[in-house]
Amino acid sequence: MTTLTSRTDPSTSRQTEDHGAEGEHRDLRMFGLATFLVADGMTFAGFFAAYLTFRAVNPLPPGATYELELILPTLNTALLVASSFTFHRAASELRQSRNGACRLWLLITAGLGLAFLAGQMVEYFSLPFGLTDNLYASTFYALTGFHGLHVSLGALMILIVWWQARVPGRFTPEHHFGVEAAELYWHFVDGIWLVLFGILYLL
Amino acid sequence: MTLTLPPPISQTRGLQPEGWLRYLSFSLDHKVIGLQYLVTSFFFYLIGGALAGMIRVELLSPISDFLPRETYNEVLTLHGTVMIFLWIVPVVNGAFGNYLIPFYVGARDMAFPRLNAVAFWLIPPAGFLLIASYFIAGAAQSGWTAYPPLSLTTPATGQVIWILSVLLLGGSSIFGGINFIATVLKMRRPGLGMMQLPMYCWAMLGTSILVVLATPVLAGTLVLLSFDIIAHTGFFNPALGGNAVVYQHLFWFYSHPAVYIMVLPAFGLVSEILPVHARKPLFGYTTMVYSILGIVFLGLIVWAHHMFTSATPPWMRLFFTIATAFIAVPTGIKFFNWLATLWGGKIALNSAMLFSCAFIVHFVFGGITGVALAQVPFDIHVHDTYFVVGHFHYIVYGGTVFVVFGSIYHWFPKFTGRMLNEQLGRLHFLLTFIGFNLCFAPQHWLGLNGMPRRVAEYDPQFTLLNQLSSVGALLMAVSTLPFLINVAWSAIAGKVAGDNPWNALTPEWLTSSPPPVANWNGPAPLVTHPYGYGVPEGQIDLKAVSGLQIWSEGR
Repeated sequence: MTTLTSRTDPSTSRQTEDHGAEGEHRDLRMFGLATFLVADGMTFAGFFAAYLTFRAVNPLPPGATYELELILPTLNTALLVASSFTFHRAASELRQSRNGACRLWLLITAGLGLAFLAGQMVEYFSLPFGLTDNLYASTFYALTGFHGLHVSLGALMILIVWWQARVPGRFTPEHHFGVEAAELYWHFVDGIWLVLFGILYLL
Repeated sequence: MTLTLPPPISQTRGLQPEGWLRYLSFSLDHKVIGLQYLVTSFFFYLIGGALAGMIRVELLSPISDFLPRETYNEVLTLHGTVMIFLWIVPVVNGAFGNYLIPFYVGARDMAFPRLNAVAFWLIPPAGFLLIASYFIAGAAQSGWTAYPPLSLTTPATGQVIWILSVLLLGGSSIFGGINFIATVLKMRRPGLGMMQLPMYCWAMLGTSILVVLATPVLAGTLVLLSFDIIAHTGFFNPALGGNAVVYQHLFWFYSHPAVYIMVLPAFGLVSEILPVHARKPLFGYTTMVYSILGIVFLGLIVWAHHMFTSATPPWMRLFFTIATAFIAVPTGIKFFNWLATLWGGKIALNSAMLFSCAFIVHFVFGGITGVALAQVPFDIHVHDTYFVVGHFHYIVYGGTVFVVFGSIYHWFPKFTGRMLNEQLGRLHFLLTFIGFNLCFAPQHWLGLNGMPRRVAEYDPQFTLLNQLSSVGALLMAVSTLPFLINVAWSAIAGKVAGDNPWNALTPEWLTSSPPPVANWNGPAPLVTHPYGYGVPEGQIDLKAVSGLQIWSEGR
């Protein structure tokens, strides 16, 4: 490697290499995040396909059932859907320069997300089956667990932007990538849950 | 998730190392990252080649005498994994993609330089982790496919480290793919349209779409497999009520597109090399573009042709046979376009061109055996035999690796400012060409006659052809020597190349060799017709910005 580089023209090697950093061209970070979410969505798509195939092909062991208690999960679904609206509200408050209101709605959103996680925890402890009981049980925990991991990360992101927003001028009505990114991610996680709820609980 | 605006350039000066040290640093320069990919992946190529050498020594005799059986399985698994995930995928995507794509779109760097550096620096730890697994508790033994239940019954430690390593490499690949998509779609210089891009941009766009859509599925599947190993769940374990065929579906949903992730960039690179050395425009640009997009689409819906013997129902066999046969259409279009590019050209048969032409020959051979393998009755006959090994190596070695060598001969002057030696290059080509064909052509016969793959012992009737194949492998190993000597010697004392030794028209040649950090001193050139060759050499005005302009004025 040294031989390759020894030929470098000394006049150019003195230049900085940070020439391509974000900021020199228009901001592509939301585009990058959206592409990443397509990839993330494909992971879920793989899990969903596996789950549906298992259900279609592999017989359920005797005594097990696909039926799940629905009241708590439905409540959880309502919480998560509501949190998408509260996040939207937070972002629109920010676009109208109402920083304090934005922070309040962010906190409400994070609270709804954490309430969802708590609800899922309660559900886990009350379910009659464990991770390794049968194929259906394993798939149930893998899918809801992987989604729960996403909710946890999303809630963490919301709390981070909530904390950052305490500094006036940190997010402006025009430039607030952190809030925008967390919002897109949160809507994505919400959308995934609706599919998951449909095929895991209702189907 | 929030990033502050970068400080002005004057403040960042001095944060990045300069000179040769930057090749060992977290550099953000796409050219440095490209060469980091190239050297690192070539290092892993040598390791994977040494492992292949051990396989071929073992197969010199029908009995298992050189390596213990378990070690043979480990060597086989490591060979496949190293060659695919640490050599081919990084070299055709990461190395040439990072070096060339910003030039081709007229940008000073990739869209996300930091993500780019992260993607590269995931590779060395993942590679060393994989190789270290051999010394920790024995490497994985279930082949690069890691099919359960085999991967659940072989020693767990090696398999778990294998999964971890492949997950890291998958992450690297996804980050790279996001970067290429954003760069090609969003970073084009004003005035440069999509249909004016050099073909390698389209190849990398198509490849990156496959990477972003398919790799996450593999990652999720491997996480489930690791649960089966560590937590004793039963997703893919039939003994616990699981379904091993679902693993195969999910695995091949990634791993069939992975073949295109390995070969589409090579299509792009060869489309850059042929017009330059044949002095003719690339034939059928538009059809090339649509062929790439067709391959991307069809590549995503053919995976089950790897599973014709996995109790796949007849309707599924029929669908996947037809879909696979359809892939022959876009690849055939590309093949004839390359031939038409060469037809009547003023061909310079230098090392870059020799490797590229050999690629065309090998690829069409591997492509024909691929169409044969798509037919269910034939596939059932040769499934899991050496026929498949021969077919696969004709695509990825005879295809992609030949293009990688051709590309190194073509772009080495740009990387270093020095030419590679032609005599050594031709010697390298001759040894590689003979060695490769001697090694892999007999394997088709072996497979047709029933020699199973992946095992250390075989029926004595196959001895002679296996020994011939091993001689071919030896020649391939020897062929690396003139190449390494050539690179080391030419980088120090090779003929000075100048900015544009090939009189090429693509934008990376319209700057100094090696290029300045900002790619061009001054504004990026607008190259709207990168393949405008065809006038008498003396009349080409490389200062002109548009290739077609040169061409039409010449006529």
